[in-house]
Amino acid sequence: MTDVVPILKIGSTLLVSIQTDLQDDTALRLQEDLAEQITRTGARGVLIDISGLEIVDSFIGRMLASIAGISRVLDAATVVVGMRPAVAITMVELGLSLGGVRTALDVERGLRVLAPVEQSPEEVLLAAAQRAGE
Amino acid sequence: MRPGTADGVLTMPVDTDADVVKVRQAVRGLTQQARLSLVDQTKFVTAASELARNTLVHGGGGHVEAQVVSEGRRTGVRAVFVDDGPGIADIDLAMTDGWTSGTGLGLGLSGSRRLVERFVIDSAPGAGTRVEIVSWSR
Repeated sequence: MTDVVPILKIGSTLLVSIQTDLQDDTALRLQEDLAEQITRTGARGVLIDISGLEIVDSFIGRMLASIAGISRVLDAATVVVGMRPAVAITMVELGLSLGGVRTALDVERGLRVLAPVEQSPEEVLLAAAQRAGE
Repeated sequence: MRPGTADGVLTMPVDTDADVVKVRQAVRGLTQQARLSLVDQTKFVTAASELARNTLVHGGGGHVEAQVVSEGRRTGVRAVFVDDGPGIADIDLAMTDGWTSGTGLGLGLSGSRRLVERFVIDSAPGAGTRVEIVSWSR
């Protein structure tokens, strides 16, 4: 039996909160589910909360990097949030850099990182016009 | 391999993805009993996760023996990963960062060695692989 990690959609962002110790096949399934959901919903951002993870080993690290890569190809940005300090220390010592993966300390900051992709084209143009007028 | 405890040694099979998760959880419990700091617990459990996955993926399955150990006033945790797989022909090469025999990142062995205090690997072609790791409380 494989657990399924739920994916929530808020606005144009997909939110994933990993709450359990991930089995390798569960992690692979999440990767596929996310790719499918980005395409189906047209999401522009993916926020992955890993505050529930007690460890990030090379397999999980590779999964996070893959998700970021797949999202990028599908025109969505990924932010990983909530990494525990002991996990960060261990990951760096292990040799995992998570290069290419945006991170933020918590969900709130992560959403702020994704905020630009949440805006509609009209909003972006309006903001640019306002900046030009200042 | 039957899971069980004898003389304080916990023996667990490593034959499925779910077994790797069980090994992580059991080893986490032992690192807490041995009073390792949170960072050292995390390092040891991460190393155990890498090695258990190696046992499964490269060794074709095997088992883990884990226990709390003591030396004078110090307590520590020890875990031994054993498989009867194809073994490793060139251990020095296998211990190099980035070297991989499969699709991984090549950090499993070399990275785990950095996460623990004692790391002993014993392997030969056709003779399986045995990796022992130990970390101590401070």
